[in-house]
Amino acid sequence: MPDEITIVVDDSPVRVPSGASVAVAVAIAGRACRTSVTGEPRGPLCGMGICFECRVTINNIPHCRACQVFSEPGMVVRTGD
Amino acid sequence: MQQRFDILVVGGGPAGIAAAVRAAECGAKVGIVDDNPNLGGQIWRGASESIGEAASWRGKLQATNVTILCGTRVFHQPRAGVLFAEHEDGLQVLGYENLILATGARERFLPFPGWTLPNVMGAGGLQAMVKSGLPIDGKRVIIAGTGPLLLAVAAYLRQKDAEIAVICEQASIRNLARFSIALLRHPQKIRQALRLRKDIRGVPFATSSWPISADGRNALESVTISRNGKHETIACEYLACGFHLVPNIELPQLLGCQIHGGYVQVDELQETSVKGIYCAGEPTGIGGVESSLVQGEIAGFSAASRPEEARKLFGARERGRDMCSLLDRTFRLRGELRNVLSSETLVCRCEDVSYSRLQKHSSWRAAKLQTRCGMGPCQGRICGPATEFLFDWSPDSTRPPIFPARVDNLAAMTEPELQQTTISGGS
Amino acid sequence: MSKSAYDVIVIGCGIVGAACALEFARREMRVAVIDREIVGGGATAAGMGHIVVMDDSDAQFDLTRYSQQLWQELRPELPDDVEYEPCGTIWVAADDDEMAEVHRKHHYYGDRGVPTEVLDPQDLKKLEPNLREGLAGGLLVPEDAVLYPPCAAQFLIERAQKHGAHLRTGANVVQIENDCVRLADGTTIPAEIVVNATGTGAPELAVGVDIKKRKGHLLITDRYPGFLRHQLVELGYLKSAHSVSSDSVAFNVQPRRTGQILIGSSRQYGAESSEVESGMLMRMLQRAQEYMPALGSLSSIRAWTGFRAATPDKLPLIGPMAGEKTKFLASGHEGLGITTSLGTARILADHITGSQPAIPIDPYLPSRLAKVFAHA
Repeated sequence: MPDEITIVVDDSPVRVPSGASVAVAVAIAGRACRTSVTGEPRGPLCGMGICFECRVTINNIPHCRACQVFSEPGMVVRTGD
Repeated sequence: MQQRFDILVVGGGPAGIAAAVRAAECGAKVGIVDDNPNLGGQIWRGASESIGEAASWRGKLQATNVTILCGTRVFHQPRAGVLFAEHEDGLQVLGYENLILATGARERFLPFPGWTLPNVMGAGGLQAMVKSGLPIDGKRVIIAGTGPLLLAVAAYLRQKDAEIAVICEQASIRNLARFSIALLRHPQKIRQALRLRKDIRGVPFATSSWPISADGRNALESVTISRNGKHETIACEYLACGFHLVPNIELPQLLGCQIHGGYVQVDELQETSVKGIYCAGEPTGIGGVESSLVQGEIAGFSAASRPEEARKLFGARERGRDMCSLLDRTFRLRGELRNVLSSETLVCRCEDVSYSRLQKHSSWRAAKLQTRCGMGPCQGRICGPATEFLFDWSPDSTRPPIFPARVDNLAAMTEPELQQTTISGGS
Repeated sequence: MSKSAYDVIVIGCGIVGAACALEFARREMRVAVIDREIVGGGATAAGMGHIVVMDDSDAQFDLTRYSQQLWQELRPELPDDVEYEPCGTIWVAADDDEMAEVHRKHHYYGDRGVPTEVLDPQDLKKLEPNLREGLAGGLLVPEDAVLYPPCAAQFLIERAQKHGAHLRTGANVVQIENDCVRLADGTTIPAEIVVNATGTGAPELAVGVDIKKRKGHLLITDRYPGFLRHQLVELGYLKSAHSVSSDSVAFNVQPRRTGQILIGSSRQYGAESSEVESGMLMRMLQRAQEYMPALGSLSSIRAWTGFRAATPDKLPLIGPMAGEKTKFLASGHEGLGITTSLGTARILADHITGSQPAIPIDPYLPSRLAKVFAHA
């Protein structure tokens, strides 16, 4: 198992530790996860999958809780939705 | 996918694992289900496998034939004896004879100006992110809020080479001193406490202290805290802030279990007011790991019809009960925490509802209908405890789905199919 | 509240009661509105919030169309949180029979000045790409709209208060007497005229009022902007609404301004408890997925129920209770309460003050049901 893998966040490749969550990948990429209804940038709050602040679009599926998903090579993540 | 168990355990933290182990050792067919990708719940999240209590229990679990269902969220009980749960592969239909609810607790979040900035997280929240691979070495962190979790998080982050600027505990030094003395009754806790003290030696620790605001343009840049009646602004990259824990009682409520004072009522065998449904751990009272483990064991034995084994653990459980009320008293929230909000401070983060908009209403229901507070995907898990503290509102009744679920999973069966789902006999 | 009599007391501050309060207050009558809980907390809170013209009968058309126009006039003054969206309705036809109904409706509405457009399957697909293949077409009614009812009720009552109306919440009226209403705590509030706008609660205050509860389920999803553009209703809805005794579901979805999709609808007679029933919920969602398979992958956040107030002939009760001069009803609006609230209030107030209503009130008069009403 490689130590690091690469996923794509907002069209840019990001190297993350193997086993890291997508939330971590988004943080390493320096992005916020989502945009709130009044336009604020938001990132993970609870870290355990219940606050829904870490939602991103993964492989075109919206509303994925990034803290609950392992990063996998080839994943395409879009933030800010 | 349909599966049937003699005993289904909901929640894969310490209480759930202990319950599953004991029930399986008694010969029952046991399943354990948890939302997170791995077992361990919050406190044993990513626990190192080789040593310690977590590893020991994990080992016991591996030695049984308990069916482990991770990444699986219970969202509905369509009929007695059946739970619907959602997995990325689709709907899981879980039939059971007896149910053990070990749904744990979550952090309580209280709003303050700037709390919605990226990199402001819960205390357990930041810890979970670091366990998930977030680099924290060399990063400046402020830990704030209340409760023993703050110290545990501080110790962990320290190990990971974070620079902890200060720990701000809102409880008074007097309450904490009393807590320390009371811990003398709990030898395990003393050992933990001493270890923690060593781990965080040198980290500034402030009592009667809390965050006034978090500031930054697109992410956190500094935090202003109240300490000794004065405000101090400290530059930092992360704020790990949580105000103790609230029990996850949504599933017990959905199932009709009696709730008292916000906790699930159980008898001495950990059975709830609903026959065949047991509850163990934090939902019965926030008491920590030891309490969760022993309650889990008792529930496991009870559900497996071995009450005599359960009784042997009653003494151990008694000591845990003390801990719950001790924690409650020590870390009671002070009134000043209501005064830090400005009128624009958001209270509901899903729907961006500000404090001033909520102040117009006299009940949770009216506020919900008029502002949508609590109507977002968190289903009030974040804003509910906050509005309870700010306005003394009680949440309203629990309805399915108790967790957001795909429409096709919510609609997965016809009524006749549901009636036919076997709850006893073969699977 | 002062002890000298109000000109009107309106019981119930749902959307109908709030609309009535505003009409009376604007005519400078001294009005009090009393609700046992909160503003808009009953069927108003539960419903889909659509503003639609319907044509089950000429009387239904008259009231819905008149009321829809009143909403359009009010639109510029509605605050943001009322979320008035002129998204239009598409009545969806699954087969040739239903397509014949499309044409019938098209002519009916055309004759009465309501613009509609017949859609073929290609048009339908273009307007709503998430509808399944193989539908026969539909009818677009562009002037239909949706809004968020609790805030609409709040807007109406606040405006009534600006005109001097008094509001009292958390007070339960247990009896309508000849010159007052009596509360549960025993106190009375004097009034010249009383309007019973309590929806499904109306029979409790007026023995013999033929209003039955018709339970409905709803579900709302997370935000999916652009997934749905119009309110969609299957023409089979009419079969469901017509059915007098059985439980039924029909495809009915609505886009909210938030981008969330509101999914309905279901109707049950005789169900008394407000709990979400798995069987009904599943049937309703399965029906919805038959028309829009892509709904299946959307994340659902909340489900709830509500009770519509249904009368035997599907028309509301607006006007004096039979044999009464000072006790009035404004109830029984079934699934059209939001739509017809403004029209109800206007014609009721016209009737009471002796003005000529814009549409005749006769079809809605409680006395039409030829029952003897007695106050409780």
